[in-house]
Amino acid sequence: MTYTSDDTPIFVIDQSRCIGCEACVQACMECGTHRGRSLIHLEHVDRASTTQTAPMVCMHCEDPTCAQVCPADAIKQTEGGIVQSALKPRCIGCSNCVIACPFGVPKYMAELDQMMKCDMCTDRTSEGLKPMCASVCPSEALWYGTIDEYNDSRRGSLLRDFFFGRQEVRTKVYTVVDDLSAGPIDVMGGRQRSWLDDPFGLDEAQP
Amino acid sequence: MARSPVSDEELIARYGPHLNEAPPGGWDAGVTPDRVVKTHCCFCGQQCGIKLKARDNAVVGFEPWYEFPFNEGKLCPKGVKRYLQGSHPDRLLHPLERDPAAPGGFQPVSWNQALDRVVSEVRRIQAVHGNDAVAMLSGVSLTNEKSYLIGKFARLALQTANLDYNGRYCMVSAGTGNKKALGIDRASNAWSDIPLADVVWVAGSNVAETFPITTSYIWRARDRGARLIVQDPRVVPLARTADLFLGVRPGTDSALFGAVLHQLIRHDWLDHAFIDAHTVDFDHAAAAVAEMTSQWASDITGVPATRIEQAAEWWGTASTGMLLHARGIEQQTKGVDNVLSAINLGLATGKFGKPGCGVTTITGQGNGQGGREHGHKCDQLPGNRDITNPEHRAYIASVWGCNEAEIPGKGIPAQEIIEAIHSGQIKGLISICFNPAVSAPDANFTAEALDRLEFYAAIDFFLSESGHHADIVLPGSLHEEDEGTSTSGEGRIIKINPAVAPPGDARRDWEILLDLAARLGRGQYFPYTTTRDMFEELRIASAGGTADYSGATWERIEDEMGLFWPIPGEGHPGTPRLFEGGHFYHPDGKARFHGVAFRESAEVVDDEYPVWLTTGRVVSQYLSGTQTRRIAGLVEQYPEPLCEMHPRLAEQLGVAEGDRVTVTSRRGEMTLPAHVVTTIRPDTVFIPYHWPGAQSANQLTNRAVDPASKMPEFKVAAVRLAPAGGRSPTTDARDLDLTEGRT
Repeated sequence: MTYTSDDTPIFVIDQSRCIGCEACVQACMECGTHRGRSLIHLEHVDRASTTQTAPMVCMHCEDPTCAQVCPADAIKQTEGGIVQSALKPRCIGCSNCVIACPFGVPKYMAELDQMMKCDMCTDRTSEGLKPMCASVCPSEALWYGTIDEYNDSRRGSLLRDFFFGRQEVRTKVYTVVDDLSAGPIDVMGGRQRSWLDDPFGLDEAQP
Repeated sequence: MARSPVSDEELIARYGPHLNEAPPGGWDAGVTPDRVVKTHCCFCGQQCGIKLKARDNAVVGFEPWYEFPFNEGKLCPKGVKRYLQGSHPDRLLHPLERDPAAPGGFQPVSWNQALDRVVSEVRRIQAVHGNDAVAMLSGVSLTNEKSYLIGKFARLALQTANLDYNGRYCMVSAGTGNKKALGIDRASNAWSDIPLADVVWVAGSNVAETFPITTSYIWRARDRGARLIVQDPRVVPLARTADLFLGVRPGTDSALFGAVLHQLIRHDWLDHAFIDAHTVDFDHAAAAVAEMTSQWASDITGVPATRIEQAAEWWGTASTGMLLHARGIEQQTKGVDNVLSAINLGLATGKFGKPGCGVTTITGQGNGQGGREHGHKCDQLPGNRDITNPEHRAYIASVWGCNEAEIPGKGIPAQEIIEAIHSGQIKGLISICFNPAVSAPDANFTAEALDRLEFYAAIDFFLSESGHHADIVLPGSLHEEDEGTSTSGEGRIIKINPAVAPPGDARRDWEILLDLAARLGRGQYFPYTTTRDMFEELRIASAGGTADYSGATWERIEDEMGLFWPIPGEGHPGTPRLFEGGHFYHPDGKARFHGVAFRESAEVVDDEYPVWLTTGRVVSQYLSGTQTRRIAGLVEQYPEPLCEMHPRLAEQLGVAEGDRVTVTSRRGEMTLPAHVVTTIRPDTVFIPYHWPGAQSANQLTNRAVDPASKMPEFKVAAVRLAPAGGRSPTTDARDLDLTEGRT
């Protein structure tokens, strides 16, 4: 399956579907622009109490904070709005971008003394192919396709406007929420289920 | 003489596991592939489609195969990194003979020397102790063609009854239960039925880690509004998203299923028309659950009674539903009982043979489904035929061109083979694609047994821990080095295509077996020049059997992206969904209910061993780890076994995350870091089993088997725990690479 520029495919993250398998982490290493280096993030939120994991690709902000704070003007966007890794000749390895990114995306690669980050598999998407992570993701927590394909097959509303304090950030990548009008959104929450508070019924009164 | 020739350290230094970090030439080599081969993953029963990129005689990468309908490009981390098993420094390139004086304990020898030695030892042992004193153990990572060949090789070339396969440690309880109740041993549905279900019930299957691709099918059902019920002693990753969680105590699944049937009957959530028209013995099942109230089951299973009632209501009132089960309920001494009691729920509510309806196992191993159908199971002949049935024997003898009397009778199953080796009844062993030193229960006993063999020949591509005991090691082929077919967990026959040829002096597995057969003087029965010849014979041999492949051709399998058996005769479309129209595979066309009384596991907790142990897998490792413990990315993801325990248990022991604990059962002990999480029952610990030696969870497990399926009880044992002193870092070393740089 390949997409053309007319299809304008979108990238969607649905954290609630993540099963923590790390197929994305392994596949990211296979991306032609940074072979052998995985640039995606996959974190356990709090393994002591839950198996919830959180995958994080670059959200590709319309006005990227990482580029704003870069003292060397090393972080550039493509015409399609993809925020790229720091340009090697310019990057001074200061890690301003690593600290400033509201989504925690850029990685400082000590071995290269360079910031690298997810570029949504430019080598693949430019040829109409899905990015590696969204290709392999077994649970479709990471998903790439057209809006129509999304609406035909998936539940949940798409969100791409975020507030970090007073900073408003609009991103190219969408995240999935149950109800856009429900006020502050907990992207990890999904639907509340009573059993999750006491999975083994330890505190449940036995009739 | 089958003892390890030198110390484990020397063996590991020479034969690994070493870690393959990167494709040939390194990540930055910029190797351009000269071909892309459509094939399938070498690991689990999902058999995901994948495209391997190759150059010269090396696999250099992969590309998602988006068009293959089962997984549409999706892969788990094992699938992503599977290509790194090629061009591996540990690859066996020459036949080896045990030699304690040689570096690493083995001396390279010529094929002639190696094969002659195998044949002379087989003949010597059989002359003195009888033909059945030589056994063969086989595995279901092998293609259908090789599985078929091995069944024939053991019976006609080795002339032994004692051939069995590693599915005995995987899904055999499901196969036994399916045959008893439904008359056929196959998944009830193609996976395309899962998204059509209004209730999806996952029992004893850590789908997210062991069958990751199935997650997307379950999510598609949920996107339609389906309810998800998960039954497991742990809140596994899929369970986190469940509408209802049934946190059963290990070994009590049939009590829970029985209580659900009790509720279905009590509330009359039954499909009487289906029961009357298409089943027998409902009364037996009903009588067996008459006293199984939800409170009774709650006391046994530890699941609140209200949740049991809720599960029954959802299952009983939904018009469609799929119940998916796996090793959690099957690897028990009651594995068959558990499966039968799950099937009862499907029969009682008419959830068979319709879109979105079925009760099915999720087959674990790559060709677990196909392998067991074609003859390397001790009681079966090709086509799922019965080796004790005179008509079946006569038909296979006619295909094989032998006398019916030349086909040995029913052999003993894998665990009994290990026991018979231990007791000295079996003196010689040939193994292929089976690593019992890691995968069999009671690992110390297994090691003792292997030590007692007079002669052991192992066919393998890496030197497995079982291979350490071998007298002769024959370097066989990797999945990507041979051509054939496999049958996925759905019952879909798929085509495996070679990307490369075996390196060095390694040979394709079937070429080795053909050579051995010729040297044993039985070459007349093995006139094959390609694996396609074997498939064509398999088609004939399976014709008229339950697992009928006669209408499948290699061309159709590739053109149609797989074919679902039974596929009787040319032009037949195949059978994605079984039991349509309420047709079951017993002679009367009806399914059987079974009355299942609850009984306890072979071992229960007591004052001395007060904690339940259950074992299983993690997502980055596969089975005994012969392949996956050799791939760096996968090892980094989960480097060593951890003992999962609830904070309540950890507090009683006085241990915290990362503290080392010693876990002791009646059979052995091991020391490993504690992993303290609230996602496991407080009375239960979980240890994954992929590692050998001191890290082997199977040092603790019980050899007791299910009376019908002969499946050992990997999922239930009694242990005690004590702090061992010391801590292990639980930081992910990969995070450090970012700040310190990888060397």
